[in-house]
Amino acid sequence: MFQLSCENLVLGYEGRVVINNLSFRVTAGDYLCIVGENGSGKTTLMKTILGLKTAMSGHIELGPDITTKDFGYLPQQISAQQDFPATVKEVVLSGCLNHSGLRPFYTKADRQLAETSMVKLSISGIASHRFAELSGGQQQRALLARALCATQKILLLDEPVSGLDMKTTADTYDIVAELNKEGTTIIMISHDINMAVQYASHILYVIGPEAVYFGSTKDFLSSNVAANLSPGGKGF
Amino acid sequence: MIIEQLKIYFEYPFVRYALIVGVLVALSASLLGVTLVLKRFSFIGDGLSHVAFGVMAIASVLKLTNSILLMLPVTIICAVLLLSLGSGTKIQGDAAIAMISVGTLATGYLIMNRFAKNSNLAGDVCTTLFGSTKILTLSQIEVYISIGFSILVIAVFLVFYNKVFAITFDEDFAVATGVNVKVYNLIISIVIALVIVLAMNLVGTLLISALVVFPVVSAMRLFKSFKAVTVCAVIFSIISTILGILISIIAGTPVGSTIVAMDVLGFFVFCLLGFFIRKA
Repeated sequence: MFQLSCENLVLGYEGRVVINNLSFRVTAGDYLCIVGENGSGKTTLMKTILGLKTAMSGHIELGPDITTKDFGYLPQQISAQQDFPATVKEVVLSGCLNHSGLRPFYTKADRQLAETSMVKLSISGIASHRFAELSGGQQQRALLARALCATQKILLLDEPVSGLDMKTTADTYDIVAELNKEGTTIIMISHDINMAVQYASHILYVIGPEAVYFGSTKDFLSSNVAANLSPGGKGF
Repeated sequence: MIIEQLKIYFEYPFVRYALIVGVLVALSASLLGVTLVLKRFSFIGDGLSHVAFGVMAIASVLKLTNSILLMLPVTIICAVLLLSLGSGTKIQGDAAIAMISVGTLATGYLIMNRFAKNSNLAGDVCTTLFGSTKILTLSQIEVYISIGFSILVIAVFLVFYNKVFAITFDEDFAVATGVNVKVYNLIISIVIALVIVLAMNLVGTLLISALVVFPVVSAMRLFKSFKAVTVCAVIFSIISTILGILISIIAGTPVGSTIVAMDVLGFFVFCLLGFFIRKA
């Protein structure tokens, strides 16, 4: 069953169109990688799906059992300032907010969920550390744990490995693949096409405003787009 | 001897009122300060208090008996406008605050100067700006209003504590995961306006930012969790306000400035403590 469907989306800012007439569907359990050059509108697309930006035209439809509360989000950058006083635990727990309604306090189940998420991402050892003092990789893990507290259904990740070293990058990809195996739908922005074809089930390749490829990874690999991209034009 | 002297002063109800209202208002201001400072809205207190000053000038010219009835709604509207201006407009948030701040301050003084019949205009303006004795001359009804609103502010902060944290730390994430951020931001704006109008009685228009900023920034020298910083800011604010009021009564100094001086002193003490703790 589809969870997210975009039809004839036109995206842009200040009147400039960056993606024109984009249509695609995401089904439960998919691992969709959005790839493309910097400035091609990948982040704009993700923010539009999340309701942080409005599309210039077109429709975004959520599946019958999906609401905005079923989205987890790992932003590329956090707007919070460098000396923000917040422990890892406080940050992770704040992910539970979207299903706590008007209840002023977190429940035992919320705290348990935060604990489980931190264990899953092996950050329970640094739960009482200040978030701002962590390394880039540890911050990403904390933010991913927060996203897992918000939902297990759909995770949207905006360049989760930018600025990470090779080992941490590989770890992050493994964690995301593991989550996908457990049934979480993944929508991830990446500029690493090699990684994308290795992990993703679907590829959305933004080549230019008028040229977007969308299809399964298998189809993508046998397409002209992939042939033109790979070194020597021989395909991956 | 000083204790004896204080005992005598505490016989007077206006001294007790001043302490109760002062502590409650300072407490509310420091609570909101946590989210304002961390969202880089430190100066909104300043801007809003100038708005309140302008409105008060109009109220006094119109001879309204209870100026708070006009001050509150106008300040609330400005708070909502300013906080929502932060994103998506051509005029940047800090420029908007500066414009509204000086604009209303100047207009307020202009109106008072032209239309007020009172002979002691300079004294009136000085009192409003620096709150020199206002806190000691509160009427009973003003005391009840202040206590009521302060308790409301504190209650709202406690009930929405988790929401305030999430929105302060990362508003985008909250929006993306389906939290009704708009409503919570609206509530925060209204509560901020409430605190500003209340705090004008305590320290006056020009010094309100001190109540908002000093406790939080001081607490951040020592603590690294949001909860600890909030609790510490509240305690810091209560202690510096009590000290400020007591010293001003004994030494005959202006209340507002003495409280702010205590805030400044406390900040330096916390800086030193933070320095030694990091070294140790």
